[in-house]
Amino acid sequence: MSLLVEMNDKAMAMGIPLSVHLDVTYRCNERCVHCYLDHDDQGEMTTAEIKSVLDQLAEAGVFFLVLSGGEVFMRQDFLEIVEHARRLQFNVKVKTNGVMIHEAETKRLRQLGVEQVQLSVYSHRPEIHDAITKLPGSLKRTINSIRFLKSQGLKVTMSNVMMTVNRRDQAGTHALAKQLGVSYTLDPTVTPKLDGDTSILNLRVEEDNLDELFANPDLVGDVEEFCKPPAPVDEDMMEGYSCSAGHTACYINPYGEVFPCVQFPLPTGNLRRQKFADIWYRSPQMNEVRSIKVKDLTVCSSCSHAGTCTRCPGLAYMEGSMRGPSSSDCEKSFHRTGIPSANMLRKAGMAAGGPLVQIMPMMA
Amino acid sequence: MNAEDNCMAETYIVRSAAIAARKLGGEMMIMSAVDSTFFTLNEVATVIWQAADGRTPLSEIIERRVCAEFDVEPEVARQDAEQFVTELSQHRILLVSDSPIPEPKLGTAEAQ
Repeated sequence: MSLLVEMNDKAMAMGIPLSVHLDVTYRCNERCVHCYLDHDDQGEMTTAEIKSVLDQLAEAGVFFLVLSGGEVFMRQDFLEIVEHARRLQFNVKVKTNGVMIHEAETKRLRQLGVEQVQLSVYSHRPEIHDAITKLPGSLKRTINSIRFLKSQGLKVTMSNVMMTVNRRDQAGTHALAKQLGVSYTLDPTVTPKLDGDTSILNLRVEEDNLDELFANPDLVGDVEEFCKPPAPVDEDMMEGYSCSAGHTACYINPYGEVFPCVQFPLPTGNLRRQKFADIWYRSPQMNEVRSIKVKDLTVCSSCSHAGTCTRCPGLAYMEGSMRGPSSSDCEKSFHRTGIPSANMLRKAGMAAGGPLVQIMPMMA
Repeated sequence: MNAEDNCMAETYIVRSAAIAARKLGGEMMIMSAVDSTFFTLNEVATVIWQAADGRTPLSEIIERRVCAEFDVEPEVARQDAEQFVTELSQHRILLVSDSPIPEPKLGTAEAQ
């Protein structure tokens, strides 16, 4: 077991929030077609408020801190926030589109000991990337930023979201990352907007694209291992939890609201009125989320994928129930292994209009 | 360092600024911002780490903190502490000197 896994298990047992994702703003200079945020400023936390939140997070034991947005550099105090975070000895990862990063910002991020910078790149072709971000020239500026960051010795990751509009460019974008000498991640997940609007879900790739994705060793490593059928579900798996949301991780938005995860829009408290520790340890919503074990899931507990599925409780919540299935993860499990999920079988049964009750005659 | 050197010169240790660190259940987690190496320190090492202010000699940290707080022989404590200091200094997590050293300031070249 790696040391990090060991520490995560320890944090889980102690109820320590090891990782926090903090969006410092929802304002952005790009208008990405798939973005789930409302970019109007609804009264984001001040510098002093954010510093106070960071103090409380350090006190609570948070180690990994993701600073994201919106575009983080839309805040003029962003580097001051990073400096405060680093004085508190967080492991800091910054997510940005890089458009506003120049040599000075790069040097400062390096001096402050930021662990990693993640930049979104949706295509190697400007006509596709810029059409997604709706900001002309954005690909060129983001690539320049990646070069600055690399030249300072910072660890850089290029992250891509695979959508209908850029699915053909996946290989080219990956090649660009290799050429720039940075890590590459690809996620086929498009989530509903935080206000519940699902119109952007039509950007989700077709199922055939998932098959292609999961068969690509450049992306998944050992394809045979990645796509192998799920191991039989045992008691330990049923007693386990489906993800770290609310257990060792949570999300804070620019207005001080705390959620179990960035993809789990269940409000659990507000840092403008409550202390972080009060929300983390005493919020009824947070406690409900962390009470749910795999065996408590309404459909998934009977699914053969129960022990290996990437089921997102936040997406399930947005579908109607935090104890229910997350259909997009059902699809991923199916396309990874070829084995339909319990939820898919249940839906297929309903669609077929079969009998409501099936009766097996007693044997004579 | 050998025993003879130890008699002649003190060792001073100070925490690098280029690290992420947090205490989890009595044990310190540390990650180097230079090479992302991840360390966990046991309770004794955590005490030494927290006392590494660049002004207090290592021998004093061992005597006043380690031996006073834990049931350990001074010689064993010294050997363990020296091994710990050597290991962490190789990853630039701890900075070592034979004279007092100021604590590195975050955001400066010397902190990297």
